[in-house]
Amino acid sequence: MKSSIADFAVISPRTLAEALASLRQTPPPVPLAGGTDIMVLLNAGQLEPGVYLNLYSVPELRRPIEVSAGVRDAGTWGAGGADPPGEVRLSALTTYADVRRHAEVRRLLPMLPLAAREIGAVQIQSRATWAGNIANASPAADGVPPLMAYDATVELSSAAGVRQVALSEFYSGYKQTARRPDELITGIRIPVPAPGSIDYFRKVGTRKFQAISKVLLAGLVELGGSREIRKIRLVFASVMPFTYRARKTESVLEGRRLEPGAVSLAVETLRTELKPIDDIRSTARYRLKVACNLLEEFLGTTMGC
Amino acid sequence: MPDVLTTPAYRWVGHNPPRKESLEKVTGSAKYLDDLKFEGCLHGKTVRSTVPHGRIKKISFEPGVPWDEFTVVTARDIPGKNVVSLIELDQPFLADGLVRHMAEPVVLLAHPDKGMAEKAVKRVHIEYEELPAILTIEESLAGGNIQYGKDNIFKKYHIQKGDPESVWPKADVVIEGEYWTGPQEQLYIEPQGVVAVASPTGGVTVWGSMQCPFYVHKGLKPLFNLPDDRVRVIYTVTGGGFGGKEEYPTLPAGHAALLSWKAGGRPVKIVYDRMEDMWATTKRHPCKTRVKAAFTKDGKLLALKVDATMDGGAYVTLSTVVLSRGTLHAFGPYACDHVVIDTRAVFTNSPPYGAFRGFGAPQTIFPLELHLHRAACELGIEPHELRRRNLLHQGDRMATGQVMQEETGLEGLMWKAMDESKYLEKTKAYREHNRSSTRIKKGVALALFFHGAGFTGSGEVFLDSKAGLELTRDGAVRILSANTEIGQGSFTTHSQIVAEELRIPYEMVEVAVPDTAVVPNSGPTVASRTCMVVGELLRRAASDLKEVLVKSGALAGNGHTPSEFRAAAGKYLQRFGELKVYSKYKPPPDVSWDDKTYTGSAYAAYAWACYVADLEIDMATYQAQMKDFVAVQEVGRVIHPVIAAGQIEGGVAQAIGWALYEDVALKQGVMQNCQLTNYILPTTADTPPIRVFFYENPYQNGPFGAKGLGELPMDGPAPAIAAAVAFALGDRIIPRIPILPETILDAIS
Amino acid sequence: MSAPAEEKSSFVINGKSWSGAVHPLKRLLDTIREDVGLTGTKEGCGEGECGACTVFLDGQVVMSCMVPTCQAEGKQITTIEGLAENGRLHPMQESFAQEGGAQCGICTPGMIMAAVAYARDPGSAEDMREALAGNLCRCTGYIRIFEAVKKAMAK
Ligand SMILES: Cc1cc2nc3c(=O)[nH]c(=O)nc-3n(C[C@H](O)[C@H](O)[C@H](O)COP(=O)(O)OP(=O)(O)OC[C@H]3O[C@@H](n4cnc5c(N)ncnc54)[C@H](O)[C@@H]3O)c2cc1C
Ligand code: FES
Ligand code: FES
Repeated sequence: MKSSIADFAVISPRTLAEALASLRQTPPPVPLAGGTDIMVLLNAGQLEPGVYLNLYSVPELRRPIEVSAGVRDAGTWGAGGADPPGEVRLSALTTYADVRRHAEVRRLLPMLPLAAREIGAVQIQSRATWAGNIANASPAADGVPPLMAYDATVELSSAAGVRQVALSEFYSGYKQTARRPDELITGIRIPVPAPGSIDYFRKVGTRKFQAISKVLLAGLVELGGSREIRKIRLVFASVMPFTYRARKTESVLEGRRLEPGAVSLAVETLRTELKPIDDIRSTARYRLKVACNLLEEFLGTTMGC
Repeated sequence: MPDVLTTPAYRWVGHNPPRKESLEKVTGSAKYLDDLKFEGCLHGKTVRSTVPHGRIKKISFEPGVPWDEFTVVTARDIPGKNVVSLIELDQPFLADGLVRHMAEPVVLLAHPDKGMAEKAVKRVHIEYEELPAILTIEESLAGGNIQYGKDNIFKKYHIQKGDPESVWPKADVVIEGEYWTGPQEQLYIEPQGVVAVASPTGGVTVWGSMQCPFYVHKGLKPLFNLPDDRVRVIYTVTGGGFGGKEEYPTLPAGHAALLSWKAGGRPVKIVYDRMEDMWATTKRHPCKTRVKAAFTKDGKLLALKVDATMDGGAYVTLSTVVLSRGTLHAFGPYACDHVVIDTRAVFTNSPPYGAFRGFGAPQTIFPLELHLHRAACELGIEPHELRRRNLLHQGDRMATGQVMQEETGLEGLMWKAMDESKYLEKTKAYREHNRSSTRIKKGVALALFFHGAGFTGSGEVFLDSKAGLELTRDGAVRILSANTEIGQGSFTTHSQIVAEELRIPYEMVEVAVPDTAVVPNSGPTVASRTCMVVGELLRRAASDLKEVLVKSGALAGNGHTPSEFRAAAGKYLQRFGELKVYSKYKPPPDVSWDDKTYTGSAYAAYAWACYVADLEIDMATYQAQMKDFVAVQEVGRVIHPVIAAGQIEGGVAQAIGWALYEDVALKQGVMQNCQLTNYILPTTADTPPIRVFFYENPYQNGPFGAKGLGELPMDGPAPAIAAAVAFALGDRIIPRIPILPETILDAIS
Repeated sequence: MSAPAEEKSSFVINGKSWSGAVHPLKRLLDTIREDVGLTGTKEGCGEGECGACTVFLDGQVVMSCMVPTCQAEGKQITTIEGLAENGRLHPMQESFAQEGGAQCGICTPGMIMAAVAYARDPGSAEDMREALAGNLCRCTGYIRIFEAVKKAMAK
C-alpha cells in the first residue's frame, strides 16, 4: 500500500442530520460509502489526505429498496387490480448485490441487474454502491448509463434541504458533477418505463468480469403502434470523458419509423457525434467503431422483435 | 482425473497421493514470507530511478521528515562489491552515479513504521543529468548510442545446417514473415518478499519467497565479502514464481541485508506491493523474429531461416541463456536439410528482462508455428498435413546435428489431439459457419512443438548438482535438496520417487526446508529440471541409502515392510549416529554438446506435444474468446497425474493470457500499466475447458522414466491461438501477440 | 507525520469477539493480519482485483483490502481459519486438497472463501465461473479448482 493511514481521519455520524451538518465544515469531509473507489486510491497513494465521512454508520442511508405505485393507466394496466409500479428508489448505500437479489427490480428495471452482474466481481458487488458510482463520476462507470437511460433522478440532500437533479443533467465534464461538496446523494429515483419499452445493455470490457469498460451502451426505446420511435435513450460509458447521452442521435431517431434506413442514419449520426477518448485501456478508433456496432446491434435486434 | 495412457506398475509413482503441503495451504496456516513476524522488524523501501538513463547529480532528503529515525543506504554503504553475481558482473545492487533504466534501485530506507517508510520514499529527491536512452531493439541496433560492448549486443548465436541460401532460388515457394511477441509479467500472486538479518558479527541470514536459494547465496557473498558459511538463505513458502523468482530475489535480498547491516542487525523486511512488483521486476523478453521458409509445392520444407532478436534490457542477467534456449527451439520438431538460425539479445534502457516459464522457447516457437500455418494457407495444404509431411522421425537430424535415436511419437500425439478436439469436423463446420455468419467467426488450429528438459547443452555438467537423503530420528527419510516448492509440486513428486525406490510409504518421506545451511546445492528450481534431474539424483540417493542399510546388516536385502524399514533405520542410527547419503549429477552417456559450434545434443530429453485451440471472435467487439483447448503431450513417466495435469492447465492459461490479454504497455522502457485493473489476466470466465492427455514413453535416464513438463505448456498455446484467429478471419494472419480486440480491428480494417 | 488516530474497534471474528485500537481507515485485511494475528487471509494486490483477501463480512463475500475497519464495526467476520469445525476440515478445504486445487497456495484461502460462498448460495451467481471470477489464480488455470468445487458441492 502506498499511503500512510496516519494522514487520514474518519468521522462516523449516527444520524443523517449529523452527517449533513458535518458537511458544512471547510473543507467538508469526503463521503465514504462502500469504499471500492476510495480504498483503491488509498492503496495507490492517490487519496487526498483529510477527513472522511463514514456513511455506513447512518441508518437512514441504508434503507431497503422501495418500489412505489405509479399513476394508473387504464389503457395498459386494465381496470381494477393493484396500482402499477411507478418508481423504484435506491438508497445511498444500496449495493449491486442488493439489486441483483431484488426480484421486483429485476422484473421492472432489467438493465440494473444486468449492469450489476458485470460490475467488478461478486466481492465488489456486495460492497459497491450505485450512489458511489454516480458520485465518483468516472467516465467508465457502468451503473450510471442504465440509470440514465431509465431517466433516473438523483436526490441530493444538504443541511439546507433536498433537491432532485435529473441524472442526465448531473455531469458537465470530466469528474464535474452537479453535487455541491455539502451535499450527499441520499437516494436515486427511477421511474418504471412504459410497458412494452425495449432495452439494451451491453458492456464491452477488457475481459468478461472484473473489467473496466472500454465501451458500454445502455439503450431504451419506446415504440408506437406503427413502429415509430416515440422516445429513445442512448447512453454510453467509457467513450467520452463522462457518461454520455447521445442526444443528437436520439433526436434524429425520435419520431422516425424503426426501419433499416433509420438505423444507418443513426449510426452515421453517432459516428460524428462521438469524440472518443484514447487511454491506457483502448483506442479512440476502437471505441468509435464498437459504439457504432452496439447501436446497430440494439436497433437491429429491436427491429427484429 | 487426468487422462494418462499408461498402466501404472508402481505403488507411488503414477498415483496421486495428497500433496505434502496441501493441508497447510487449504487451512491458511502455511507461512509465506509476509506472514512471518520478526521482533523489532524494520520495513525496508526502495527509492528507484525515474529516468531511463542518466547521471545522478544529487540526492537530497526533504526536510520535515524525521530522517534520524530512518536507516538510509546508498551505494556507498556497501561493504563488499556492488555487483549482482550472475552471468556477467554488470548489474549493481544500487545504482552508483549512473542509472541505466527506470525503476532502478538507488536509495534504500527502513523504518519501524510501514506507513512512515512508504511516505518517505517520495521525500527522497534524486536529480539527474538525463542521457539519451535506447528504448527499442531498432534503436539499440542502429548504432550511434552504444551502451554495451561495441554494438549493444549481449550475445549472439548461430546454428547452421546445410545452406539455405542455395535453396531459395530453386524452391517452388518461398514464404517470409515477421513476428513479434510482447513482454509478459509473471504475475505470481505473492509479490516479492524477503527478510534479512545481517551484521559483521553474525553474518547474513535471509528468508524469502524464491525459487533458487543458492542463487541468492551466491549473490550475497561478494556483496558483503563473506565466505560461504557466513551467508545463509532460507526458503519460505513461495506463492508462485514462473521464473520471476529465479534471479530477481537476489536484489531485494541484498537490499534488506544492506539495511539490516547498517541498522545494527535488526531484521528488515522488504515486501513489494503489486505496483512496485510490476514496475520494477523482470518480464518475459520481447522478441522480434523473421522467418523465411522454402517449400516444394506439395509442402516439403526445403530450407528454413530464422532470425530472432530479443530485448534484454539494461543488464545481461540471464538474457544469454534465455536466448540460448530460444535459439535451440527455433527450428521445431521438423526435418529439414537446410537450416540457419541467427539470434541475438540486445541492450536497451529497460529494466532487465528475465526468466519466465519457457525461458525464450515460447518466443521462437510462436513465429515458427504461425509461419507454418501461414505457409499451409498459401500452399493450400491443411495445416496438420503440412506438419505431418515434415515431422522429425527416428534417424533424422535436428538443426544442431542431434540424431533422433527413437521415434518422437509426435504424429500419434497430433492425431490424438485432432481426435479429442474434433479438429477435422470443426475445421469443416467452422469454414461453413464463417461463410454465413457475420456476427461470430470461429477458428480452430493446432501447434506442434517440443521442449528440452534440463539445462541447455553442457549446463547440467557445470551445475554439478548434489542432492541427498537422511534418516530421521523416528526412522523415516528426509529429502535434502535446494529445490523449492513453488506450486509445481516438487516436494510431493520427489517424495513419491524416494518412497518408490525405498519401497516405503509416501508418508514416511519428509522434505527438509531448502536452507543453504542444511541442504546441498542441487541446482536451481528452473528449466523443467526439478523432477527429471534432481528427481533422478534423489532416486539414486535412495538406492544408495538402501544399500548402506542392507550392507550394515540392518535391513534384509529381499524386501521389507515399513516397520522393518523403521526398525532398520533405528538400528543403524543407534550404531552410527546418523546416515546422510548424497548423489551427484552424472551426464547420460550418449549426450555431448559443443558450445562453440552449437552442435550436438542440446538437451538430454525432450517433451513432445500437440495443442489445439478453439475460439470465437465476436465481430461487434472483436474480442477473441477461447472455447476449448486440448493439450496432448508425451513427457516420459507421469509421476503424479493430478499435479502434472495442473502444471499443463496452469501453463496453458498463462499462455492464453500472453496470446490474448496481457499487454505490457511500455513508456520510457518501463511498464506503465502496473495495476491488475490495467494488466489483464484471464479469470475463470476467460479460461476455457483445458483437456489434458499424457502419453508415456519412459525416459531411461529420468527417475522411473520421468522427463520435464513444467515449461512445455507455455510453448504451444500462443501459436495455436494466433492460427485459430487467422482461421476465423479467413486466413488473415496477425503476426503479433497479444492479439487484443484493438489489434483485430486494426488488422481487418 | 502524526501518530495514527486509532479508535476502539470491535467485531466477531470466526465466532470470537475481538476488540482493539485500530485506525478506522485501516484496511480490514491489515487489521485481520496484524492486529487479530490471523495470516491466512492474503494480499495479492490491494486493489480489489485478485480476491486473495476474500473474507465473509456478515455472511457476504468481500475483498478485505477494500473494507475500512470502521465498516466492520459490530459485524461477523469469517476467515479461512474459521471454516474448519471442531478440527474437521470444511468439505471445500478437503476437496481443494484432494483435487489439486491448491498449487502455490497463495490464492487458495481467498478462492476457498469465494467457493464456499457460492456453494452456500448458488443463486448468487449464474455459474461457478462467474462466482470465482474475482479470484485470480496464476498457477492452476482454474480447472482443478472447478473440479474441487464441484466435488465439494456434490457432497
Ligand atoms: C476491483 C474493482 C472492480 C470494479 N469494477 C467496476 C466496474 O466493473 N464498473 C464500475 O462502474 N465500477 C467498478 N468499480 C468501481 C466502484 O466499485 C464503483 O464505482 C462503485 O459503485 C463505487 O461505490 P462505493 O460505494 O464503493 O464508493 P466509494 O468508494 O465509497 O465512493 C466513491 C466516490 O463517491 C463518493 N460518494 C459515495 N457515496 C456518496 C454519497 N452517497 N453521496 C455523495 N458522494 C458519495 C465518495 O466520496 C467517492 O468520491 C470497481 C472497483 C473495484 C475495486
Ligand atoms: S488483495 Fe484484496 S483483492 Fe487483491
Ligand atoms: S495456486 Fe498459485 S495462485 Fe492459485
